[in-house]
Amino acid sequence: MASITIDQVDKVYPNGFQAIYGLSLEVSDGEFVVLVGPSGCGKSTALRMVAGLEQITDGELRIGERIVNDVEPKNRDIAMVFQNYALYPHMTVAENIGFALKLAKVPKAEVTARVHEAAQMLELTDQLDRKPSQLSGGQRQRVAMGRAIVREPAAFLMDEPLSNLDAKLRVQMRADISRLQRQLGVTTIYVTHDQVEAMTMGDRVAVLKDGYLQQVDTPQHLYDRPDNVFVAAFIGSPSMNLFEATLDGSGMHLGGHRLALPDATLERRPALATYSGRKIAVGIRPEDLEDASLATDAAEGAVISSTVELTESLGSEIVVHFALDAVRVDAGNPDAADDLSAADAVARFDPRSRCRAGELVDIAVTVENLHFFDLESQAAIWD
Amino acid sequence: MIAGLEIITRQGHPDFWDLPWDQPLKRWDSLTERAIGVRRGLSRHVVRMVQYPQGIYAPKETERSLAEREYRALRQLEDVRLPAVRAVGVVSGRHSPCSVELESVLITRFLDYSLPYQHVFRTTAPSALRERLLDAAAVLLSRLHLEGVFWGDISLANVLFRRDAGALMAYLVDAETAECRPSLSDEMREHDLAIGVENIAGGLYDAIGEGLLEADADPAEITDELVERYRWLWAELTRTDDIAVHERWRIRERIERLNSMGFDVEELSVVQSADGSRLQMRPVVLEEGHAHLRLRKLTGLEVQENQARTLLNALDAYGLQLEREAGRVLPEAIKAYRWLSERYEPVIEAIPALYRDRLDDAQLIYEFLEHRFERSKALGRQVENDEALVTFVSEVLAQLPSERALLDAHGVPTGGEDDPSDALLRSRSG
Repeated sequence: MASITIDQVDKVYPNGFQAIYGLSLEVSDGEFVVLVGPSGCGKSTALRMVAGLEQITDGELRIGERIVNDVEPKNRDIAMVFQNYALYPHMTVAENIGFALKLAKVPKAEVTARVHEAAQMLELTDQLDRKPSQLSGGQRQRVAMGRAIVREPAAFLMDEPLSNLDAKLRVQMRADISRLQRQLGVTTIYVTHDQVEAMTMGDRVAVLKDGYLQQVDTPQHLYDRPDNVFVAAFIGSPSMNLFEATLDGSGMHLGGHRLALPDATLERRPALATYSGRKIAVGIRPEDLEDASLATDAAEGAVISSTVELTESLGSEIVVHFALDAVRVDAGNPDAADDLSAADAVARFDPRSRCRAGELVDIAVTVENLHFFDLESQAAIWD
Repeated sequence: MIAGLEIITRQGHPDFWDLPWDQPLKRWDSLTERAIGVRRGLSRHVVRMVQYPQGIYAPKETERSLAEREYRALRQLEDVRLPAVRAVGVVSGRHSPCSVELESVLITRFLDYSLPYQHVFRTTAPSALRERLLDAAAVLLSRLHLEGVFWGDISLANVLFRRDAGALMAYLVDAETAECRPSLSDEMREHDLAIGVENIAGGLYDAIGEGLLEADADPAEITDELVERYRWLWAELTRTDDIAVHERWRIRERIERLNSMGFDVEELSVVQSADGSRLQMRPVVLEEGHAHLRLRKLTGLEVQENQARTLLNALDAYGLQLEREAGRVLPEAIKAYRWLSERYEPVIEAIPALYRDRLDDAQLIYEFLEHRFERSKALGRQVENDEALVTFVSEVLAQLPSERALLDAHGVPTGGEDDPSDALLRSRSG
């Protein structure tokens, strides 16, 4: 096992395109870190630099204590987990798991031992003599994982390994990979574009955009204290609502609405005082918007009225889209199909809400949980 | 009609609106007469084959973003003339009658006369199989890498083979993980190769399990040889030669060597040393298909490289004969025209309609020339076309299955399935 240290690393391609700018990231021994970001953010490039598949232009990469900038991929003791593992229908589960070791001329007894160990971990021991066609979809994926496990590397590098699975299997496999990683204790860097996958799997999540590391933290901390507009919008589903607002001494104007801000909120963020009378970006998580008729603890002056445009009943909640006459803030996510002119906000209402499309509804805002950002730098305003 | 259904297709193909898009592909066999059973490789996704007058198409269910990504990747491969199946369209916005969302679909054109590896294994002598397979794989991977394409998933199941005179030509059929980049680092190439080695070895172990390969075949040895061939070919194609200024003839020698390997040199970089005594020479732009390009220029025939070599040999021999008869040198275009109209086309036209789809035209001519040669050798005299045609039809063509689109065992759809690998198992056992 080993730690992985990425220290001030740049990647510039021969055509001059810079894919990574000064990336620094420390992955502890046994840690599961997820690199997440939209297309072109540099996450796969970063992973490939760790694997040795892309040269590092500047900076230093260490695996354990060893600097590996110029070490060949095969000598880094890491395993790239392929995006697409095929299972072979005429080979047994044991053969499917172990054939790569056989290919690498690992002694037969050792292949058998490693295959049995992996099968035990994957709860496939009873299936070892079966053919893939006799397994469930989940079991087949676990066989594919077995092929990676038996290599026993110091670190796993996974590049979107679940991207070609259907939604149901993907959810199941997220849990399986997380469990297995904890069990094995192998340092793992995992790349995905899916923030839900990142948030549910990683010990820590590193968010990248345009080759820059935006923030790296635990999933909960990223969610609660995003450093900037991009992270705020990228993490969470549905996305945080982001609008321009103007602060006054004790509240803020959001389009035609005024929301009172409690003293505690202003005291927690003393820097907000310097923005009085100025425009800022305000972020409201959908779960901080509730049907006012059901929000018994709604603060005074923290209710806005709006027309419901669409409701999506999910059983456990209702996702409500409503109009808000405020200017939306572009979070800069190239993958998000943002129509900034739509001025659409999203709320997650209690399923008991009776609001209907086309009706006017009073919406309670949990103002204590609002997020504030500088409009120009897009950085969070905290202290 | 399904509200929200969107079908994007390229010109020159059906519009596909008559297919039951509101049903999962696995149910299509009983829902549309267009569904046909064609032998194909193992796929992680549900794939069906549908037949139209324009040809056979392969819809594949996958996530919308993946379908669109693969569509773009295949179009890029087509733009740089790499051997790959042609992307035809993407279907999205599918819903069942109960409004359950269905996966999007990528549609590709089925490659006529292409053969999955299982069929190649069954129909090729073991001694020749290894050679042909390795050459085809090494050439395909080199061509992709020359164009900066990282495949990420080379495997036996992800290629289709077409007969190419006595050799095979491999075509990429799955570009799910392909990336088209300005160039590839050596490490990325080696990574691609490593993925290929593992996948191909897996395919070979599986073929042994199925009984398609002898039990004593050694996949490790075969894939080691693949690596060797690929590296040799890559070095041949890309190495920089250092030559003295007075050895400029070696530039031509290098070009001819590359031509003999089937590559056309479109751009060559030659850099003089500071003292002016040495030259560094390196091919910059290479295109596979030297013979194929020459044949196309002369005759308009679109064939594969080894087929083209055979046909060019026949054309050149006939050209010499014409020049002897005329007593003067004839223009290339005249010789090509007369060979086409007096030798090539009459043979094709003489093949009974029943057997015309056994092989593609160029392969048919190649097989015919081989047959005529063998027959002449056996009889100890020159056998002419008319005579050779009779035995070619009865002894060769009549024994071959049609390879235009290999149908499954009964020539009928394979039936519904939940798992793509099951379909493969069924089609093999049927």
